[in-house]
Amino acid sequence: MKLGVVIFPGSNCDKDMIHVLSNVMKHEVVELWHKDHDLQNVDGIFLPGGFSFGDYLRSGAIARYSPIMKEVIAFANKGGFVFGVCNGFQILCESGLLPGALLHNTNQKFICKNIYIKSSGNNSAVNNAIDNGKALKIPIAHGEGKYYADKNVLDEMKQNNQILFHYCDENSNVTEEANPNGSLENIAGVCNKNKNVFGMMPHPERASEGILKNTDGKLIFDSIFNYLEKSIENK
Amino acid sequence: MKYKAEIDVMPLKALLDPQGKAVTASMHNIGYKSVQNVRIGKHITMEIEADSDAEAQNKVEEACKKILSNPVMESYEFDIEKLAF
Repeated sequence: MKLGVVIFPGSNCDKDMIHVLSNVMKHEVVELWHKDHDLQNVDGIFLPGGFSFGDYLRSGAIARYSPIMKEVIAFANKGGFVFGVCNGFQILCESGLLPGALLHNTNQKFICKNIYIKSSGNNSAVNNAIDNGKALKIPIAHGEGKYYADKNVLDEMKQNNQILFHYCDENSNVTEEANPNGSLENIAGVCNKNKNVFGMMPHPERASEGILKNTDGKLIFDSIFNYLEKSIENK
Repeated sequence: MKYKAEIDVMPLKALLDPQGKAVTASMHNIGYKSVQNVRIGKHITMEIEADSDAEAQNKVEEACKKILSNPVMESYEFDIEKLAF
């Protein structure tokens, strides 16, 4: 399988993502520069974390208009798998591929720590290998991660099972105390209506190897490759 | 013709503005007890070429919608003036 990791000026989790996809998950990875127009026939696209264009204007607002995003949007609209982490999630929201937006954390601080998330168990491309009750320990590192969508959008997302991860405590309780950034209803990750575009603020690529003493994030990559392998078989 | 646009982008009224809230609290601490509801947004100025007032208006409106603000979280207002040569 061939995967693409998009690199914007200011991306800084691109190498971690490439490392996990190629060395941990053992798949071919190509780097896609933000000025490229060719997606090189990849089977899935990953938008890494970082501070694209210095987070100027709004996080993701400038990257969303990088040349390659035209191709990424076309790929997504044809049903292609797109996954954004942190700044990647912000870019996908800015581009309109995902609903909602990421606001400044309620406490106005950049938060860098391990938190827990829980899968909402709807068997999507990013959570099919995860036991629903399990709290996954995954790090976050962001200043603008407070998920927000207006009530109508949120209701629609709930109806379509588009909310995939909630912040929780280590016993899987979704509580206000376990919400690190003030996200609406503890939302940590969402998908689009067609369930082929995904975004989450926590960094699974920083928690996918034994040497890091945390492999909870690998369950997300396992889910992704279960999904991609099936979708390639069905082609 | 050259125009100058002055644009204000503000967090939507329905949203908590944590920056404004922190500044409100700080202002209370230094004695501005009567101050309430500080909200902080962005002020953007730009120059733009257009053949008419209406065209300048449309271009700025489009830019506000497309990139300068995000309607999910922000609102915008702007004024345009023709620059003299």
